[in-house]
Amino acid sequence: MKADQLFKWVNIASIWLWLSLFALLPNLLVLFTSFLENDPVKLMRWKFTLSNYLALLDPLYFKVFWHSFCIAALCTVICLCLGYPFAYLLARLKSHYKNLLLFLVIIPFWTSSLIRTYAIISILKAKGLLNTVLLSLGLIHQPLAILYTSTAVMIGLVYSLLPFMILPLYANIEKLDIRLIDAARDLGANTTVIFARVILPLTLPGIVGGIILVFLPAMSMFYIPDILGGAKSLLVGNLVQNEFLAAHNWPLGSAVSMVLTFSMGLLLLIYWRINKTGQNNESISKL
Amino acid sequence: MNRLVSFSYLTAIYCFFYLPIIILVIYSFNNSSYSLLWHGFTLDWYKQLGDDVDLATVALHSLEVSVLAATLATLIGTLAATCLYRHTFFGKNLLHGLMFVLIVSPDIVMGVSLLILFFLINMQLGFWSLLFSHITFCIPFVVVTVFSRLTGLDKNIFEAARDLGASEFMSFRRVLVPMLWPAIVAGWLLSFTLSLDDVIISFFVTGPDFQILPLYIYSLVRLGLKPELNALCSVMFAITLFIVVIFQFVLRKKEV
Repeated sequence: MKADQLFKWVNIASIWLWLSLFALLPNLLVLFTSFLENDPVKLMRWKFTLSNYLALLDPLYFKVFWHSFCIAALCTVICLCLGYPFAYLLARLKSHYKNLLLFLVIIPFWTSSLIRTYAIISILKAKGLLNTVLLSLGLIHQPLAILYTSTAVMIGLVYSLLPFMILPLYANIEKLDIRLIDAARDLGANTTVIFARVILPLTLPGIVGGIILVFLPAMSMFYIPDILGGAKSLLVGNLVQNEFLAAHNWPLGSAVSMVLTFSMGLLLLIYWRINKTGQNNESISKL
Repeated sequence: MNRLVSFSYLTAIYCFFYLPIIILVIYSFNNSSYSLLWHGFTLDWYKQLGDDVDLATVALHSLEVSVLAATLATLIGTLAATCLYRHTFFGKNLLHGLMFVLIVSPDIVMGVSLLILFFLINMQLGFWSLLFSHITFCIPFVVVTVFSRLTGLDKNIFEAARDLGASEFMSFRRVLVPMLWPAIVAGWLLSFTLSLDDVIISFFVTGPDFQILPLYIYSLVRLGLKPELNALCSVMFAITLFIVVIFQFVLRKKEV
């Protein structure tokens, strides 16, 4: 019995120890650092200040934030608009190849997004596939300069993150009880009403799940603007990277990082609230 | 009509996903440096990769870190998942929540937080800092994979083992592990790929002396298109593809 207890407690202790040391503690340190003063030599000075957060309200940083927020929001909306119909069609598909088709979505989900971002360059560059096709079709008369613009960054973000929108949606839509749609139709609802009043509320957890998986990375994937966008469209991630590794202002970088953490907390809160009401709906539908 | 629309839509998205990758792979065999035109098949770029000594070192570093990180994360994650499943203990819900938060938290936040930690405990950035970081971000994925398999198991089997006199450790080793095997392998594969492909966290926690593959690729990608890079990226893609296929195979088997 004693050995049993030992085995149990060693396991519990080791996982707690690991996560406290490498997950909880570091995050507390970021919070802590964000209230310290910057020191050009020792990186931080042990003195409490709010100046890092106040600096974020400075138009210079605020503009980056706002811009990055807009890019991430737009990317999320595009992913949702492209991904929802896709996930819906895929989930409702009756085909022998359904598993294969799902598998084909999982592959980009697993593939390094750095490599996938690199792969887009060959499509978007001046003499790339897109321009060659458009020119030969006569749709344009001179090559479009897409690469190194904010359009390229948006294409890169959507390309990288679309699978992260599709998979949670797919998982959710697949569980959707078709009889509910039939029931709504029998009761006289038209397609719009069915979508707005039945399908959309029931797939809301999937939607929010997808938004979390797309919106947060879209703010932090600093290498995509770096590779596809030149210097024009910075993300919050670029700001953090720059403050930590180039400007050596760790307290300010920590404050920016705390804002990211805070927005994650907010999104998770929404997710949990929706999931709770979603479960209530499910138990109602079982009755 | 409806079918046609949905078929074309699905096809269009799949083209969006795969055209860039397919073109990348095709051009890694093109016998010309920069042209879009096809100049004949060649394996030169792959040969150049093979001869690149720097690349060999970097690839070896990556492999070391990924294999070790995946193995240790799988070990810790499997034990953690069984604990969460078997026992009730103080802070259990907190642990569940922490796992979830770790999965969705932006990589860059984890990267800088670990950087600050290593700076404050005065640890040199390199192999060890990289390994610890990779283990940390892999653990939650292993826990989730193994835990979802555990919830599908019959709890009575475990009770039976205990009734027959097996100790906690013995029933873990002889009953749980064999039944969990597919999930453990799946967790390892997932961790291995995550670790092998990670750019953002590694960017912060490794030093100049310990270069790894994704960061090496990143430094080359910033310089633009290069045929050797096409070849390297194709190889990486092939590795990922191989792992996903095994992963699917392992999980498919579980259902039989």
